[in-house]
Amino acid sequence: MPVRTLTIDGKPVSAVEGQTVLDAAQDAGITIPTLCHLDGVSDVGACRLCLVEVTGVSRLLPACVTKVTEGMEVRTESERLKRYRRMILELLFAERNHVCAVCVSNGRCELQNLAVAQGMDHVRFAYRFPPYEVDITHRMFGMDHNRCVLCSRCVRVCWFIEGAATKNVAGRGAGARIITDLSQPWGKSETCTSCGKCVQACPTGAKFHKGSTVAEMERDRSRLEFIVTAREKKQWIV
Amino acid sequence: MDRLTFATVWLGGCSGCHMSFLDLDEWLVDLADMVEVVYSPIVDRKEYPENVAVCLIEGAVANEDNLEQVKLIRARTRLLVSFGDCAVTGNVTAMRNPLRTAEPVLQRAYLDTANLRPRIPQARGIVPPLLDQVLPVHEVVPVDSFLPGCPPPADRIRTLLQDVIAGKGSLLSGENIRFG
Repeated sequence: MPVRTLTIDGKPVSAVEGQTVLDAAQDAGITIPTLCHLDGVSDVGACRLCLVEVTGVSRLLPACVTKVTEGMEVRTESERLKRYRRMILELLFAERNHVCAVCVSNGRCELQNLAVAQGMDHVRFAYRFPPYEVDITHRMFGMDHNRCVLCSRCVRVCWFIEGAATKNVAGRGAGARIITDLSQPWGKSETCTSCGKCVQACPTGAKFHKGSTVAEMERDRSRLEFIVTAREKKQWIV
Repeated sequence: MDRLTFATVWLGGCSGCHMSFLDLDEWLVDLADMVEVVYSPIVDRKEYPENVAVCLIEGAVANEDNLEQVKLIRARTRLLVSFGDCAVTGNVTAMRNPLRTAEPVLQRAYLDTANLRPRIPQARGIVPPLLDQVLPVHEVVPVDSFLPGCPPPADRIRTLLQDVIAGKGSLLSGENIRFG
């Protein structure tokens, strides 16, 4: 495995060829904010929160889908990045109806945590207040489109870990939405195995266990980690 | 030393932020030595005065009265603080916005669910008409400082007020800016 040497925030880091900047940074103990990234499933660069600066490249690059190269100089902190990250979060909050106070994930939400970490004390863009529905047709789970950030984690765990391919993304841009099968009510799905991986993967309150009320939605990521470790390292976590 | 003139206002919110303010408990006694409360839902004064140094504004802009008041308050206040999630984001007060107009809300509250003489209250000058869209305060007038939370915990209110009184600025950070 050829090794590549690069610097991240001035710190020399060695990484294996083919590794992403995000992986290399994590291995070196450097934190880059992420939202659509989920350990164990392929990255898609959907949320843009992991944008970094690379010397010689004028545009910002998403660390989760940028491969390391020899001599690369990466910066994960700058005024420009801070500005962009906060703006991305504000746009996410303005795009749908994220009412933290009455959300199942209040206090345990990755979007809310990112807003705190990035210093977002208010949203400078006009809120869109789009009318979205809540699908509670499934026996065990619910999907609240108001809280969805279109990270597509649920789609990727459904396709690549469970292999059911029930969840998908339909539409374009802000009009995109997560669908079940051919855009049917979740409860009518013939492919859903009710495994709940999508619920464990969701960063916000968009997917939830039915019956959980405000701030009650606890996720158990170890259920995903268990399968991913078994698959990638051929080890069973006991 | 002259005490800072201090006001609190209650617009389209549940008054939970003011309840949290009262949770400052004995520190309120200290606060009373540092500020002069010139206007508040807990003070008997009808009109918002001129030259207010600091105003905490609870609630979103939800009706015509709120809209008029918030402009007056801005014109008469040096440091305007959006106090709580409704003022900062619209929050629960703005949950009717996806319905686009106020009409379906009034219909539901006063007609569909009423069993005695259903009618939508209308009294110009007494009952302020609802705006079709509820707005966070900073979408109507410039806001200087944001104090999020539903409600903001008393400690958070105290942190902000202490900083403002000590002249250390008015911007919160870290866990003190968490919504919800």
